Amino acid sequence: MHGPPPLPSLKPKDYKSDVKPVWCAGCGHFAVLSAITKALAQLALPREQVAVVSGIGCSSRLPAYTHVYGFHGIHGRALPLASGLKAARPELTVLVAGGDGDGFSIGGNHFIHACRRNLDLTYIVMDNQVYGMTKGQASPTTPPDWTGSRLTPHGTGLPGFNPAAIALAAGAGFIARGFSGDPGGLTELLIQGIEYPGFAFIHVLSPCITYHPEQRAWKQTVHEQSGATTADPLLAAQHLQQGDQLATGVLFRAPPPAGSATPARRQPITTDQLAARFVVPDQN
Amino acid sequence: MKIEKQPVTLPPERSAGRRRESPVDRKTDLTATRSLSVSIIGSGGTGVVTCGKILLESIARMGLYALLARSSGPQIRGGESAIMLRLAEQPVENLDDRFDLLLALDWLHVDRFADELPVGADTIILHDSDRGDIPPCFDGATQRRIATPLTRLAEATENGRANMVGLGLLGQLLGIPLETLCTAACDLLKPKGETIVGAGLRCIEQGYAAAPPAPRPLPLSAPVVPPKRWNISGNEACGLGALQGGIRFVAAYPITPASELLEWLAPNLERLGGELVQAEDELASVNMIIGASFGGIPALTATSGPGLSLMMEGLGLAVASETPIVVSNVMRGGPSTGIPTKSEQSDLNLALYGLHGDAPHLVLAALSIRDSVFTTEWAVKLAETLQTVAIVLTDQFLGQARAVIDPPRAPGLKGSRKRAVDRTHYQRYTLTDDAVSPMAIPGDAGCMFTADGLEHDQRGTPSATAADHQQQLDKRRDKLTGFDYGDDWAEIGGAGAICLITWGSASGAVREAAERLTRSGHPTRSVALRLLSPIPEAAFRAAIADASHLLVVEQNHGGQFYDHLNARKLLPPGAGSLARPGPLPLRPGEIVNRVMQGA
Repeated sequence: MHGPPPLPSLKPKDYKSDVKPVWCAGCGHFAVLSAITKALAQLALPREQVAVVSGIGCSSRLPAYTHVYGFHGIHGRALPLASGLKAARPELTVLVAGGDGDGFSIGGNHFIHACRRNLDLTYIVMDNQVYGMTKGQASPTTPPDWTGSRLTPHGTGLPGFNPAAIALAAGAGFIARGFSGDPGGLTELLIQGIEYPGFAFIHVLSPCITYHPEQRAWKQTVHEQSGATTADPLLAAQHLQQGDQLATGVLFRAPPPAGSATPARRQPITTDQLAARFVVPDQN
Repeated sequence: MKIEKQPVTLPPERSAGRRRESPVDRKTDLTATRSLSVSIIGSGGTGVVTCGKILLESIARMGLYALLARSSGPQIRGGESAIMLRLAEQPVENLDDRFDLLLALDWLHVDRFADELPVGADTIILHDSDRGDIPPCFDGATQRRIATPLTRLAEATENGRANMVGLGLLGQLLGIPLETLCTAACDLLKPKGETIVGAGLRCIEQGYAAAPPAPRPLPLSAPVVPPKRWNISGNEACGLGALQGGIRFVAAYPITPASELLEWLAPNLERLGGELVQAEDELASVNMIIGASFGGIPALTATSGPGLSLMMEGLGLAVASETPIVVSNVMRGGPSTGIPTKSEQSDLNLALYGLHGDAPHLVLAALSIRDSVFTTEWAVKLAETLQTVAIVLTDQFLGQARAVIDPPRAPGLKGSRKRAVDRTHYQRYTLTDDAVSPMAIPGDAGCMFTADGLEHDQRGTPSATAADHQQQLDKRRDKLTGFDYGDDWAEIGGAGAICLITWGSASGAVREAAERLTRSGHPTRSVALRLLSPIPEAAFRAAIADASHLLVVEQNHGGQFYDHLNARKLLPPGAGSLARPGPLPLRPGEIVNRVMQGA
């Protein structure tokens, strides 16, 4: 039982499914989907060796729009599901996709621990600072004075969550920020993130033109980071804390985790040998 | 050495018709089960559990059977604890109505255990005369006491410990050959180093020599050639069953009383080429195993009530996406934090009905320590075969107890996942005769699909149509209800118009109660369910057919299983419920009493 050999030079469209996205016209996520398929094509990854895992939200619908293996799971739990898949099948390329509410609010604990665990996953968060699928409530990255939701008519009054700084503090080895308005640059970041042999967090500014039409201005305000990529966590922390959170590029890249971090595996054993350990020794 | 009031003799063999003092005894003492029940108690650090384990292993090596249950205070570690040992010529799966022998290493906080240690007037109490007198809570048994200066005897040996002196004393009274006791102690103490082993052996010998003269030997006869037996805990048995079933990935969050299961699995999984991940919480652990199983690796998590509550949304995802997973839930007293260190069968409602939506899945319960191997292995194989969730219920009593058992049996079911063959028009949720669809896993070329918690069509594409919803709901139900579970759904014993129905760890006490009733002229059958959902209804009706007196026995406050059976209209009118919450284990005598009251 052999499948057909991998097709030579798959094109980005070969990684797309025929399912029509639910996204609004003008949504930033279209460009993110295209950048993902371009990155997969440029890396020439066999489609059956790739899995995209997501939670719930507009951006989390993405797996069904790809023609690789996918799992559209439950709200906030994309990272653990992907971590289980990657731990069990380390040879697969596993991407995790989702939004700011899914990743930083309900899934915030998993975000921290996925950074710490540093499995070779690429976590793509399409941040539009709003819960779009439930019709426009404030998310952890929403500015504190945003009064666009009837749920928080006076604004949340809470300082925005700084995902890149938290990823750094939690131990992520690769932290980048991209912009859906710059699909070429985003594709390049995705390639680097997928190739990075550890947890790669890619924070993507992806406007919601329905609930945050003012995000159209990101075209003008998003900018490349001023310096080069740093491997120094102190320097990265300074940039991530002081910046406007609109700087794109690879913001931090630690040396890849050492390959021999896990201790040598112990002697193999069989279940029969395990069972034999319980046998009561013969006294006679 | 001071012996008070009466010379020491162990209780004679029990036989039908022997009368005891209390009115309860007259009803319950109908058994010819030849067994002895021994408890050892002491405060934190006295080494109660070590004593218990050495005794159990010694008894095992003599060719006898035994059950060793544990109880500890509410603080989980560092406090008082008790071991409860029942030894017999036949396998034992439950505690008896009372203890024949009680060894107290000290009396600190013993009142916290008193209700778990029923004693009778003929119970012998061994205690350390250096650690105070028998407290009032054991007043009922003070005719037969052996006070020995365990602490002073231990002090005679460098690094000596009173628990080892007590062990020697107890071993002599129970008729365990000194050599057997010492060999077992040597093997179990070995990890603690030569000094401890040497001191332990000297103390055991001292205790052995200090036992009062002419004790009755153990009234149990060990076979000349013992059959092959195992010494295993319930949690280890679950772990072994899981691995035999094919589990190679585990993710879990620590919780009492399931942690030992995880601690046993972690190093062994690694050596089998699998992996255990300690997750950040139970929400993560259930989703991790779904991810691993999606990747084609049979996966399990283990938890207890609070963790199972947190996993419910994830279980629904596994049901909807038809991703096989197994959850081993070691129950403890609830609700909320409840009684974490003690047993109760009160997570049944959660396991059966905790999922939102119509989410059919399997719920199983292990009937004994030995059965924990079989039931967990069967659950893995069923989950893989039927591409669904299987929740296996055990409890603190089963999980943390050890027993000498006959080697467990293995399920006949092969239990492998139906894999995708069609690589051209693959549809993940295609309808089939058995309602189980071929499952592709990443790496299978040409079968790429997206698993989804959203309702979907046969291809897996999200769909909100009435037709697709109905079709997929039917499919997910039919694959479970249409499967032939064979005879393994329950263990049915005895015959008679009285029928005791039970599940899980209550089964041992129920079976013994049925045997006592039968021997006393009230023929009784027992039906102990291993598969709690879906219940094979025709088989269940056949098993209880013609019973005139039915009683559903379980260890919880609400009668959850009784309600479950009634909701499915499986019980005739007049069936009774004996639902008694933890933490005290169900004992055969109270079941017999209840039947006799109702008869």
